[in-house]
Amino acid sequence: MKGFIIKEFLHIFRDLRTMLILFGMPVAQVLLFGFAITNEINHASIAVLDRAKDSKSLELQQKLTASGYFKFNAQLDHSTEIEKAFQSGKVKEVVVIPADFEKTLALGQPTAVQLINDASDPNTANLISSYTTAILMDFAANEMTQNQAMPVTTETTMLYNPELKGVFMFVPGTITILLMLVSAMMTSISIAREKEMGTMEVLLISPLKPYQIILGKVMPYVVFSFVNALVILIMAYTIFEMPINGSLLLLLAETLLFILMALSMGLFISTISNTQQTAMLLSMFALMLPTILLSGFVFPVENMPDPLQWLSHLMPSKWFIIIVKSIMLKGLGFMYIWKETLIILALAVFFVLLSIKNFEVRLNLK
Amino acid sequence: MKPVIEVENLVKKFGDFVANDSLSFSVFPGEIFGFLGANGAGKTTAIKILCGLSAPTSGKASVAGFDVYRQSEQIKKNIGYMSQKFSLYEDLTINENFQFYGGIYGLSRKVIRERTAALLSRLQFLDAKNEVLRNIPQGWKQKLAFSVAVMHQPKVVFLDEPTGGVDPITRRQFWELIYEQANQGTTIFVTTHYMDEAEYCGRVSIMVDGRIEALDTPEQLKKQFAVSSMNDVFVKLARAPK
Repeated sequence: MKGFIIKEFLHIFRDLRTMLILFGMPVAQVLLFGFAITNEINHASIAVLDRAKDSKSLELQQKLTASGYFKFNAQLDHSTEIEKAFQSGKVKEVVVIPADFEKTLALGQPTAVQLINDASDPNTANLISSYTTAILMDFAANEMTQNQAMPVTTETTMLYNPELKGVFMFVPGTITILLMLVSAMMTSISIAREKEMGTMEVLLISPLKPYQIILGKVMPYVVFSFVNALVILIMAYTIFEMPINGSLLLLLAETLLFILMALSMGLFISTISNTQQTAMLLSMFALMLPTILLSGFVFPVENMPDPLQWLSHLMPSKWFIIIVKSIMLKGLGFMYIWKETLIILALAVFFVLLSIKNFEVRLNLK
Repeated sequence: MKPVIEVENLVKKFGDFVANDSLSFSVFPGEIFGFLGANGAGKTTAIKILCGLSAPTSGKASVAGFDVYRQSEQIKKNIGYMSQKFSLYEDLTINENFQFYGGIYGLSRKVIRERTAALLSRLQFLDAKNEVLRNIPQGWKQKLAFSVAVMHQPKVVFLDEPTGGVDPITRRQFWELIYEQANQGTTIFVTTHYMDEAEYCGRVSIMVDGRIEALDTPEQLKKQFAVSSMNDVFVKLARAPK
C-alpha cells in the first residue's frame, strides 16, 4: 500500500503536464476569474450630450464620474454625433441631459434623462444602464428632498455580498470545477493509463486486492485536491477579501465529501474507458461541461428551460456551490445544508457501487 | 514428482459460448510448458483462471498446490506474470520499478535490495539502475519485466506472449533467461505465436476452439503428425476439419 502511494506520487511529480494542471491551474483560474472575467462595471466609457449646460447638469455629470464606474470619453455637442460615437466603438453609453435641466428641476416638474446603450453586448448594456439609472435615481432623490418629500422611496440592501463582488460567485464555482478536474478527471486518466499500459493486468494478478489498488490510486489525488481547495480558499480570503462567515471545519468537511464524490465519478469513468483518451473525453463532456454550464456557476439555473433545470438538479456541483456559498457568505450551519450534503453523499455511494459492479463484470467477461 | 499445475476437466462458459472445453493437463516443477493456440482459441481464458482472476464453470484446477475456486489469494502470492504488453512503468527508474513490484508482493526493503542487485547483475545491467525506463531499448525492457516477474521467487511464472515485437537476437537471449530460471526450479508456463520458440519448450499443448488437441514434447508431436517442424504441426491442427 505504502509503496503504491509512493509510486503514484512519483508518476505525478515526473510528469510536467500533470504538475501544471495540479498546481498551476488553481492559481491561474482564481486570478482569471477574480480579476479578468468579472461582470462588474469598472471604468466603462460613456459620452454625454449636455443640452442644458447648467450647474445641475454639471453636478449630475460629476456624480456619474465620481462613482468610479464610468469614464467620460467625449462631450457631444449635437445629436448627430451620437451615432458616430457608437460606431467608433469607444463609447458604451450616451447620456442625454435635456435642455433647461436646472430650471425644470427647480420648478419641481418631471424631466427625463435619456440613456442610449450599445446593446451589441446585451449583458454589458444592461449592467451599464442599471448602474446609471441607480445613480440618476439617487440624484433625483436628493433633488426631491430639497424641495418636497417623495411619496415612496426604495432602499435596497444587498445582503451577504454588499459590494456585489463577482469573485464571491466565482470562488465557489472555481473550487468546484477544480475539484472535479483534479479528482475526477485526473484519477480516471491515471487508472485508464494503467489499463492502457498493461500494468493493470499485472496489478490484478498480484496479491493486491482490488480495493487496495483503487485506494492506492486515489489517495494522492485526495491529498492534492484538498491542498488545491485550501490554496483557493486562502487566495480568496487574502487577495479578494472573501469572508468565511461560517465554520471553517464544516467547510473543509464538506469539501472532503465533495472530493470523495468526484473521485467516485472518476472511478466510474475509468471502469468504462480503456484508454487515457477515452477517459479524458468522457470527463470533459460528462463532467466538466455540465459542471460549468449547468451548475449555476456561469448561468443562473432559474433562467433555464425546465428540462435543463431538472438536469441541473443531478449535478453534484450545483449542490456543492450552494453549500460553499451558504457557509462562506451566509455563515449557515450544518442544519441548513444537510439536504445538499445528503444528495452529494448519495451520489458518491451510487457511483462507488456502480464502479464496483462494472469492475466485477469486466473481470468476469474478459 | 507432484505436479505444480493440475487441471482436470476444466470448463469455462460465457453464456452459451464454451471458451474452455474440459481441459486436462499437468505441469511439473521446473518444466517449460508451451501453451499454444490460434487467437481466440481460449488460451487467455485459461490463463486467467490459473492466475486466480476468474472462476471456472466446472472441473478441477490447482496451482502451486492451491485450489483456484477457494484459494486464489494464495495462488496470486505464488505466481509471477508477464504479459505481451510491456508491464513496467515507463516514467519510473529501473530501481523504482523493482521496489514497487517487490513491495506489492510484500518483500522487505532489504530483500528487495538484494534481489534487485542479483537480478540486474545477471542481466549485466546494474549500472543502469537509476535510468528512467522510457530511455531503455525495448529488448532490455522485456528482460527487466521478466526479472520483475520472478523477483518474489514464484513457483510458476506465466508468460503471455512475452517476446511479441522483439528482434530474433533478443528473443534468443530472452529464452536463455527462461532456461536459466527453469533450471533453478521455477515452472514456466508460456504462450507464444512463434513456432521456433515452441521448439524450445519441454512440452507443448495446442488448443483449437477451446479444446486441447495435442499435448506432448515437440519431438513426439512432430513424429505423431509426420512433419518436420512445429510450424507444420500447428498449421495441420488449426486447419483440421471440425
